[in-house]
Amino acid sequence: MKPSEYLAGSIGFSISEVGAGFMLLLSAIKRAPRAIKQKHLVVEQMQRIGLGSLPLVLVTSVFTGGVAAVQAAYQFENYVPLRYLGMVISKSIVIELGPVLTALVVGGRVGASIAAELGTMKVTEQIEALETLAIDPVRYLVSPRLIAAVMMLPVITVFSDFIAIMGGFAVAYTGLDINTHVYFNSIKVHLTSEDVLSGLIKAFFFGGIIAIMGCYHGMKTRGGAEGVGIATTKAVVSSCLLILITDYILASLLFSAVFAG
Amino acid sequence: MIRIVDLKKNFDDLEVLKGVNLTINRGETVVVIGRSGCGKSVLLRHIIGLMMPDSGKVFVDGLDVTELKEKQLYELRKRFGMLFQGAALFDSLSVLDNVGLGLREHTNLSDEEIRKIACDKLEMVGLGRLDDKKPAELSGGMKKRVGLARAIAMDPPVVLYDEPTTGLDPIMADVINGLIRDLQKRLGITSIAVTHDIKSAYKIGDRLALLYDGKIVFEGTPEETRSTPNELVRQFIEGNAQGPIPIYEE
Repeated sequence: MKPSEYLAGSIGFSISEVGAGFMLLLSAIKRAPRAIKQKHLVVEQMQRIGLGSLPLVLVTSVFTGGVAAVQAAYQFENYVPLRYLGMVISKSIVIELGPVLTALVVGGRVGASIAAELGTMKVTEQIEALETLAIDPVRYLVSPRLIAAVMMLPVITVFSDFIAIMGGFAVAYTGLDINTHVYFNSIKVHLTSEDVLSGLIKAFFFGGIIAIMGCYHGMKTRGGAEGVGIATTKAVVSSCLLILITDYILASLLFSAVFAG
Repeated sequence: MIRIVDLKKNFDDLEVLKGVNLTINRGETVVVIGRSGCGKSVLLRHIIGLMMPDSGKVFVDGLDVTELKEKQLYELRKRFGMLFQGAALFDSLSVLDNVGLGLREHTNLSDEEIRKIACDKLEMVGLGRLDDKKPAELSGGMKKRVGLARAIAMDPPVVLYDEPTTGLDPIMADVINGLIRDLQKRLGITSIAVTHDIKSAYKIGDRLALLYDGKIVFEGTPEETRSTPNELVRQFIEGNAQGPIPIYEE
């Protein structure tokens, strides 16, 4: 096969995968009202996605905030007064680093877990068993995960933002000799509600991507253990890629159209 | 009554079903026998609408399964129970929740009522006091029995069995065969089983059908099957390597 044919085939396949994932998303949204009524399914997923991810996200966030402070201070040197450090750290975290890094961490953990669970269910005929019990697998398996993920990602992101800003403060206070008032006043003056809202909107979409990619690749698993492994890898890779692409699209839309002016 | 008419199914270039015709009367147990990989499970999945044929029809009480919309198909499936080859129990649920899941989803029964029905069904298959165990803690035979309890939990008029005795030791296989026969007598359900276990087929079937080369090539009672001169049937029931059925797929 020529490289051009291989490339064209790969692009075509990727587009069809995104299309199939989008159809699953629509299907899950359509069934969401009934899935919401089965609170126990949604709550169980919220615990797994939200509470389960929190420790890892918080550790990541502390160091992200710390690194942001060190990097910002390095780049400010001789150009920008350090009293703006709080503003730069908080804005970069709330708008970009918080939602994206949280989504990538949760995507790795939860996306893989969803794909592995559903993939195993698929290869052991459990999804067919659901269908024979007249239970719609999309309503029973996908919708609760989608609802839980879109609800929990913004919540985890809020925690992540707060911890990262505090991580930045710890570095600023101990290593850069910036006092508490200067750091937090800079945040108070410059951080806007649009900044926070944009991050939460992104987190909402990222939650949907993680859940749908995990479910989609899980439910189309073929073969045995190898198939589950492949599905897991695909779920993580595709959600990470889609998170980054969606981040760009949302950033463009939000800051050039919605929040502009 | 279930009627399968000229059912054909291909997977890419592989013709699996080449025009299957079979009728299963109400209250009857029909066992479809045939070599591994001959399309028995594929046939079973068409009856319950888990697969759709390339051509042909499947009628369940006059309803054409191949023409039903998704919602109608789910309604139809409430009339069926199915025992899977590997039991297909839900790992994340306890034994009791596995058996009661259908009731929880489709009825307004209270948790207590569902628990009672699930316990009764587990008792019917000889499994008491397993309620809180998870499927991973059960043996193969226990899993099959829980699968059976789940299949009959909603009191369906039709139960499908996919290789009910595969992977079980001969004694447990006989226990499962006895259970299937017993449930059928007690509940009067219509049963369709697919298996390559001829001993099991004799024990549970009112009628046996041999699926070979994508078609039903023989139908008869267990007695007729034992005494038929049909060479395909004779080779299969006697387990001979020599005969008209090739050892390797072409």
